[in-house]
Amino acid sequence: MTALVLRGVRPYGEGDPVDVRIEDGLVAAIEPGLDAGDAEVVEAHGQVLLPGFVDLHTHLREPGREDTETIATGSAAAALGGYTAVFAMANTDPVADNAVVVEHVWRRGREVGLVDVHPVGAVTVGLRGEKLAELGTMAAAGVRVFSDDGHCVHDPLLMRRALEYSTALDAVVAQHAEEPRLTVGAQAHEGERAARLGLAGWPAVAEESIVARDCLLARQTGARLHVCHVSTAGTAEILRWAKGQGIEVSAEVTPHHLLLDDDRLAGYDPVNKVNPPLRTAADTKVLRDALAEGVVDCVATDHAPHAAQDKDCEWSAARPGMLGLQTALPVVVATMVEPGLLDWRGVARVLSERPAEIAGLPGHGRPIAVGEPATLTLVDPAARWTVRGAELASIAANTPYEGMELPGRVVTTLLRGRITAHEGMVRERE
Amino acid sequence: MAPRDRGAAEPAGRRELLSAGDVARTVARMAHQVIERTALDVSDATPVVLLGIPTRGAPLASRLAARVAEFSGVHVPTGVLDVTLYRDDLRRKPTRPLGTTELPPDGVDDRLVILVDDVLYSGRTIRAALDALRDAGRPRAVQLAVLVDRGHRELPIRADYVGKNVPTSRTEEVHVQLQETDGRDAVLLQRKGDPA
Amino acid sequence: MKHLLATDGLDADTATAVLDTAEELKHVLLGREVKKLPTLRGRTVVTMFYEASTRTRVSFEIAGKWMSADVINVSASGSSVGKGESLRDTALTLAAAGADCVIVRHPASGAAHRLAGWLTEAGTSVVNAGDGTHEHPTQALLDAATLRERLGDIAGRRIAIVGDVLHSRVARSNVHLLTTLGAEVVLVAPPTLLPAHVDRWPVTVSHTLDAELPGLDAVMMLRVQAERMHGGFFPSAREYSIAYGLSEARLRALPEHAVVLHPGPMLRGMEIASAVADSQRAAITQQVANGVHVRMAVLYHLLAHEEEVA
Repeated sequence: MTALVLRGVRPYGEGDPVDVRIEDGLVAAIEPGLDAGDAEVVEAHGQVLLPGFVDLHTHLREPGREDTETIATGSAAAALGGYTAVFAMANTDPVADNAVVVEHVWRRGREVGLVDVHPVGAVTVGLRGEKLAELGTMAAAGVRVFSDDGHCVHDPLLMRRALEYSTALDAVVAQHAEEPRLTVGAQAHEGERAARLGLAGWPAVAEESIVARDCLLARQTGARLHVCHVSTAGTAEILRWAKGQGIEVSAEVTPHHLLLDDDRLAGYDPVNKVNPPLRTAADTKVLRDALAEGVVDCVATDHAPHAAQDKDCEWSAARPGMLGLQTALPVVVATMVEPGLLDWRGVARVLSERPAEIAGLPGHGRPIAVGEPATLTLVDPAARWTVRGAELASIAANTPYEGMELPGRVVTTLLRGRITAHEGMVRERE
Repeated sequence: MAPRDRGAAEPAGRRELLSAGDVARTVARMAHQVIERTALDVSDATPVVLLGIPTRGAPLASRLAARVAEFSGVHVPTGVLDVTLYRDDLRRKPTRPLGTTELPPDGVDDRLVILVDDVLYSGRTIRAALDALRDAGRPRAVQLAVLVDRGHRELPIRADYVGKNVPTSRTEEVHVQLQETDGRDAVLLQRKGDPA
Repeated sequence: MKHLLATDGLDADTATAVLDTAEELKHVLLGREVKKLPTLRGRTVVTMFYEASTRTRVSFEIAGKWMSADVINVSASGSSVGKGESLRDTALTLAAAGADCVIVRHPASGAAHRLAGWLTEAGTSVVNAGDGTHEHPTQALLDAATLRERLGDIAGRRIAIVGDVLHSRVARSNVHLLTTLGAEVVLVAPPTLLPAHVDRWPVTVSHTLDAELPGLDAVMMLRVQAERMHGGFFPSAREYSIAYGLSEARLRALPEHAVVLHPGPMLRGMEIASAVADSQRAAITQQVANGVHVRMAVLYHLLAHEEEVA
């Protein structure tokens, strides 16, 4: 592999610009005015250098719905969004509840080679919430995160067993917190807006009651719990309490729950339909503060591609979910960096370091230092761009940010020293 | 009294065709013609009903009835016939609010109905009125009285009683003003598009 | 007016214009042998009902026919709708076939809004004939027409809406329209049948029907649907009826002039006593009659004017 020099970058957006030399997949030198020699030079003056992003929550739809996303197109979207590792959720068809499916996802990810694709294993067989899947066999195949995402492991006994069992596997159980009895027929956040629009409510308590229960189960079992897509102010309050108690719980928030709120429901465009639903503006504010403070550990996209016909219909018939991989960084810049809640070191923490830690990924979220893997992302902090769903790398186009101008742009992504995306184009392995 | 300089009180581009006094005299003359033509004061005559077409045909019909009563002693029933629902130009104009329709208590069946309107122009309003009248009952005969006939007919319709014939150009507009609707009596001629 | 999707956002002037038109239409047609106006000749109106509702569909159909529109009924069974065609494709097909107006009843809240979005370019008007638990604007307009007839004016009147407000599109449409027209609205229901944050609506809320009765000018009873009775929203039909049913004794507690409304179909003996429904105070059949005139007025305001530039 030829050497590479990143010219004029600012690691973590701090200090004077430096040059970074990359050789054999590692950072070889960091100093100003490096002699590039015959190395490929990436002119990146003024760009912010961050560790490559890690997404704990992605739906790549393969196998099953390759008409909306594949591991190849999803990997491209991830690389263009600055990601070097993604965790592919288990709700595929067939479900990733066994070693065969998870190995397929892992292998396809390696073949595409744009981003490390880590399969998430299902907690229960078929995501049905009745019987534990073969967690040990999947763990032996490399799975470190288990989740029934899309469904809640709502049976308290089954959740207790999953948490207990996972302690022997060095794995984390990621819960989609939604008490199903409280969300029968739910269509939107149970608030003033949905009530006026006649959309059945998804109350905050349906999430919060499960998070509270699971925190207590994690304390009981000594297991590690991860809470997917935290959406309410009340959940942040419970997490703060649990962490204060020393309970091993981590949590993620999606970009859309940081930026968008239930004002979006007016007009009934299902591009805004997502699970958990968009909450109130007050919730987004609390979630931003919780993320800044570390009560919520990280940002995860919940990237969920859907076909046009599954969104271009009446609200209740539409599938929930929205694209997120290519817009995550800009949304974090808009909601966290621009208002002064996070500096770039904070961005590195929530988009890279903490998710890598939670999932136990050794080669990601590493410090930017000589001898470390060159798994990096370059961001132009001054750029602004307008989102167009049709121009995103995903097959589906269901972005809720259509036509919005967002700040901050991922310019270059490097995976172990190799450029995977540069100026809006992915670079396939030679 | 010096001859009145017609139009002097009107803004530029607007000419008074009939003054308040002219309007009163014209209505009186039309009342005489109605009495004469219909012989309504004869005992076995077909009973007459005056139906005004909103907006200004309605007060005109009332005035005509009052003059007829004054000159003949016969009280002719009056009513209002709104033709909006029968117009053929609804899709060419913004939404028109409906006017009221008030038929006399005894209806129009077997009566001689005289439709009353302010201005006769293309004839389309009268065509709509004839359709509306057909749905309202079955008169023995229908006649038409207008204060002003300005020409430019688009349908084979003519008035039986005309207050004043006014040759006009299509680029002009005729505005009838009545005390009941506009606060004064007058008939004005102005260029299209000028403020009324 | 291009579409009629909701009374939420319908301004008082427009609503009053529709009510005035309905009143005039009723007056014009009163006692006529032939109830036919040529106004919408050559216009095509399609009713698209994804939920069974004979009374609303027939009311719209009569309204269209009395205005001389060509009315075509599409029901969910027996058409491509029943074969799984998407709402959007069905709508675009009807527009391409020349429908000037689509009247839609659909179980999904917001379905009419979605249709309007797809059809605006084609110039086709959409009337919401009831969407899920969202709105039913023509029902609210006919209720308002009935109240105007019975009470003279709506402004300043105190009107109670009693029952399952949570799941009622009739209640939502009436809350918006009646408050826009200046009425005071009281929602009377058990807390389980009230929407979230109803305290932020421009209404007052009560859980005690008896306390409200003496101060009312009108009371609107909502239907209690069977699935609610079994859904645990209240303990039993008996208890609901005791607390919220309009009994003869409660009718006597209303002021002399107060009007009883019900959007139908009624569950006699449940939310309304049979004798109350049949009393002179009840305006239930008057509501049905006004439904036709109000829907004629809506079609008139949607279709009898020049094309608006979209």
